[in-house]
Amino acid sequence: MSVSAPAAAPHAAAIGTVLYVDGVSVSFDGFRALNNLSLILAPGEMRAVIGPNGAGKTTMMDVITGRTRPDTGRVVFGATTDLTKLDEPAIAALGIGRKFQKPTVFEPLDVWTNLLLALAGDRRPRFTLRARETAEERARIEAILATIRLTDHRHRRAADLSHGQKQWLEIGMLLAQEPQLLLVDEPVAGMTDAETEQTAELLRTINETRSVVVVEHDMAFVRALGVRVTVLHEGSVLSEGSIDHVSEDPKVIEVYLGR
Amino acid sequence: MRRLVVSILLLLLMAARMPAFAQQAAPPAAAADSVVATALADLGSGDYDRIRHGVSALAFSGDDRALAIIEALDAGTLYVRADHKLFLKSPSGAILDAATGKAAPDVMASGLHEVRVNNPVRSAMDAALGSLRLLSPDAATRTKAAEAVFHSHDPRALPTLEKAIARETNAAARRRETQARAAVVLFIPATPLPARLAAIATLRARGDLDARSLLDSLHNQPPEAAAAAHTAVAAIDRSLALWGVVQSIYFGISLGSVLLLAAAGLAITFGVMGVINMAHGEMVMIGAYTTFLVQQAIRAHWPDLFGASLIIAIPAAFLVSGAVGVVIERTLIRFLYGRPLETLLATWGLSLILQQGVRTMFGPTNQDVGTPAWMRGSIDVGGLSLTLNRLYIIVFAIAVLFALMAALRYTALGLRMRAVTQNRRMAAAMGIRTPWIDALTFGLGSGVAGIAGVALSQIDNVSPNLGQNYIIDSFMVVVFGGVGNLWGTAVAALTLGVVNKFLEPVAGAVLGKIVVLVLLILFIQRRPRGMFPLKGRAAEA
Amino acid sequence: MKTTLSTPLTLILVLGGAALMAALNLATPAGSAMHVPDYAIQLAGKYLCYAMLALAVDLVWGFAGILSLGHAAFFALGGYAMGMYLMREIGARGVYGNAILPDFMVFLGWNHLPWYWYGFNWLGFAVLMALLVPGVLAWIFGWLAFRSRVSGVYLSIITQALTYALLLAFFRNEMGFGGNNGLTDFKDIAGFPLQSAATHCGLLVISAVVLCGQFLLARALVASRFGKVLVAVRDAESRTRFLGYRPESYKLFVFVASAVMAGIGGALYVPQIGIINPSEFSPSNSIEAVIWVAVGGRGTLSGAILGAVLVNLGKTWLTGALPELWLFGLGALFIFVTLFLPKGIVGTLAQWPRRKRSAEAETETSRPAPLSETSP
Repeated sequence: MSVSAPAAAPHAAAIGTVLYVDGVSVSFDGFRALNNLSLILAPGEMRAVIGPNGAGKTTMMDVITGRTRPDTGRVVFGATTDLTKLDEPAIAALGIGRKFQKPTVFEPLDVWTNLLLALAGDRRPRFTLRARETAEERARIEAILATIRLTDHRHRRAADLSHGQKQWLEIGMLLAQEPQLLLVDEPVAGMTDAETEQTAELLRTINETRSVVVVEHDMAFVRALGVRVTVLHEGSVLSEGSIDHVSEDPKVIEVYLGR
Repeated sequence: MRRLVVSILLLLLMAARMPAFAQQAAPPAAAADSVVATALADLGSGDYDRIRHGVSALAFSGDDRALAIIEALDAGTLYVRADHKLFLKSPSGAILDAATGKAAPDVMASGLHEVRVNNPVRSAMDAALGSLRLLSPDAATRTKAAEAVFHSHDPRALPTLEKAIARETNAAARRRETQARAAVVLFIPATPLPARLAAIATLRARGDLDARSLLDSLHNQPPEAAAAAHTAVAAIDRSLALWGVVQSIYFGISLGSVLLLAAAGLAITFGVMGVINMAHGEMVMIGAYTTFLVQQAIRAHWPDLFGASLIIAIPAAFLVSGAVGVVIERTLIRFLYGRPLETLLATWGLSLILQQGVRTMFGPTNQDVGTPAWMRGSIDVGGLSLTLNRLYIIVFAIAVLFALMAALRYTALGLRMRAVTQNRRMAAAMGIRTPWIDALTFGLGSGVAGIAGVALSQIDNVSPNLGQNYIIDSFMVVVFGGVGNLWGTAVAALTLGVVNKFLEPVAGAVLGKIVVLVLLILFIQRRPRGMFPLKGRAAEA
Repeated sequence: MKTTLSTPLTLILVLGGAALMAALNLATPAGSAMHVPDYAIQLAGKYLCYAMLALAVDLVWGFAGILSLGHAAFFALGGYAMGMYLMREIGARGVYGNAILPDFMVFLGWNHLPWYWYGFNWLGFAVLMALLVPGVLAWIFGWLAFRSRVSGVYLSIITQALTYALLLAFFRNEMGFGGNNGLTDFKDIAGFPLQSAATHCGLLVISAVVLCGQFLLARALVASRFGKVLVAVRDAESRTRFLGYRPESYKLFVFVASAVMAGIGGALYVPQIGIINPSEFSPSNSIEAVIWVAVGGRGTLSGAILGAVLVNLGKTWLTGALPELWLFGLGALFIFVTLFLPKGIVGTLAQWPRRKRSAEAETETSRPAPLSETSP
């Protein structure tokens, strides 16, 4: 149940939203991972989602990206598309990118190829069998390499990158997908302070053109992002607002920050 | 005084009636003698048709000599001399004159020829012996004899049958005799309708294939009887179909229990630990060879203990296979955790080595593992005959399943095993020696496979290839049931067993197995995690 | 790819070796020291067919992470297709002299040729079937399996069940493929007598050419963007899904291609060996093919060819010299390779220069990539 409901009325939401999670519930063997969760994301918005372990953050991502089917509720992307009817590749093709908690890149392939495979384009075998690298593709990869600061590492195998570099490579792969919406799961876990700083900057840059949902534990990082925050608890929204607003919410303090 | 007079009068009266009474019970002595003489002449004729007539005539003559003569014919100890006179050799080896029953010491064995029989004669003989043995003092012999009469349904057997029923004391024998009478009565044209209907009811109650074919073969019956016979056949068909289903289920459960035994150990090593042990079948094989060795030792040193040899083999097989399992885990598998495909290949290689090793030591041929007396034979339940060894294996499989569940749930080792499989690092942090637990868990699974080998030694050939035949089935059972779920394994084993046995009569044994395999392949593709999958995020990790 | 040298080397060795053997067999007299005996020609032909099977296994296992334990089934199906042609080619020269029905059908008392034997009197049709039947079976099986995301060990086990089911099926006389005895007593192929050394030399050279063709095709496939996606699917399947790829269609394509390659191998194998029977379907054959690949080097293609030839040379020698030891040797090979030579011969050789170059920079390089998504 959404306690502090967003200002926008649900029926109006369909027009001015990029993502509308509507009363979604998921349970595994009696355990309710999501409990009537609702969430609205405006176009161009960056949203931070926080919550204690088991609050349902990752399950929410799973539902949005098609990995888990909800028991009830729907997830509307853009104006009318119901994501709960689609599978992962179809949702990815619509323009939703996802970064995993653990950096997941193609380790045996080099940085360049990782980005090449992520570039928006035809995904069918009949295309990739004959595909040749085009000048346009090269230019796009160069641009992304610059954004994620890996220009000098383009020929290294992804397996040989540092942890932070892998995180950036994965973000770069998301950019290459050219999604409208990015879901980013704990992007700064295990990063140095400098890397965290750079990542926040990177996300802000990305947010200039795309909507972003960031799931994060690191409160300093969330504060640094300076965006609207949604607090999840036991599978539903506990509180929503600016970081200062939610930090002072007594319910939030009790379940999360106060501990 | 008056009493004495009355008694004498009564006695006189009885004495006066005696001859008439005797005449009613048996044919006149002279007539009987002539029947016997003709019959003996027939037997000595050398002509099969006449011999057959002779056998029947002799059997129903009521003569005391009949049984001995026909039994001799049956045993091949009835001889004919060139002058067609018959002789028989008594069990003590003396030559007797068949006609008189007296010893004939002057007869030379060389002048005698065995009376030859053919199949029609043999069936006449069976019927004859059936009727003759009805009055045997042994209840089992009477039961068999009644069954023979049932099949011959020769009307001439009726008097003997009546006599036998009247004095019968054994319930089983009486049931058979009554059924035989019912069969005979139906083939006597003079039988009144109520008796006929009663006979049909008796046969219907008997309800087996023999009763059905007898009822089906009836003709020239009054319409009511024909109709009753018709409904009786239909009723028997229904009940036979039902028993057929029960039988298929039983065979299925029997096969399922074997699959369960073979798969139970795998449910631990694969299901709980996630180790793909392609040498699992060889653990079973080692268990079977341990049984063989235990029996060899017992035969050589303590023959009195042979009845207990399998009981002794159970812990022995558990320990031997379990120890082999621990060694394998420590020397091979522990280097391959997290690399299931490599584990699969390495353990396959191991299975080749173990098979060849056993082949080198014991030779490629089947070893003879004996069955103790208490496991032999069968018991009849309704229309079913259940062999004891299968029955024991079903019970044993269930016992192993519950013992395994209890071991996992209630023992300290079981608790640690579950802790390690659920969260290895946490378990290690709490002071559990995870490498040891790995080794012991693998040993437990292998030991259970060894126990399965004890059971399989009773129904399968104990050869180096024993295990190979079960490995694919075992994996199928574990995957079908849902990995990490012992109940699922049990349900899957029984389901597969029963489905297999129901398909066999329809599709044949091999095709049935193929169909089951294809169905399983399709099933696994629909539900890759089995019938009872573990749900939630943990299962996807 | 890093093993740039291995491609020309493989081509030269396979083509040159086969051509040289054939030439020496035909051009030198039987007594000469240079003479290659007929049985060696047959053996070499057999090895090259096995190499095709190994190449097929490497394509799916090495590059798509699909450990198929049933690939010998596709090989055997191709073999049966060719065997059926060779059977009908016998014509009236069989024991029973029936121009239409093969001997075993006459023996079983059959009057008609089953419908699925029609057309096999043409070599072209048989070759088409040798491609089509394994391909279609792989397509059906793969479509079901990959769509429902069966992977890792589960997939291995059901591929094994598949070949086991086929083994049982082909044992049945009613199937019309000769039952237990299979198809044999072939006389000639396309008019060339199968007893003659020249025919065998021809088949050897054809096998070498076909193998090299398959090798180059496989090489092109894995070097293409398709091949990169395949590797991505192998190591991080769900990542590719979230990138918008459908791993199932990639796996299906490569699985079918691989099955067809194996089928071709089987079709060339049967005329050179002279028999095809159900034991070719036995699961142990498929697993042996996997070990050839593991020995040569998984995911290297040229290693698959090398492994197939080396292991089978060893097998031929050991089963002749010390038959008791062969299974010990094979079993030990399985264990040795998985424990001590996880990259195989070619993979290990290819790593040497690389390791030297980056020895001080990285330690992670030599760590094997994750091989499967199933965790213990």
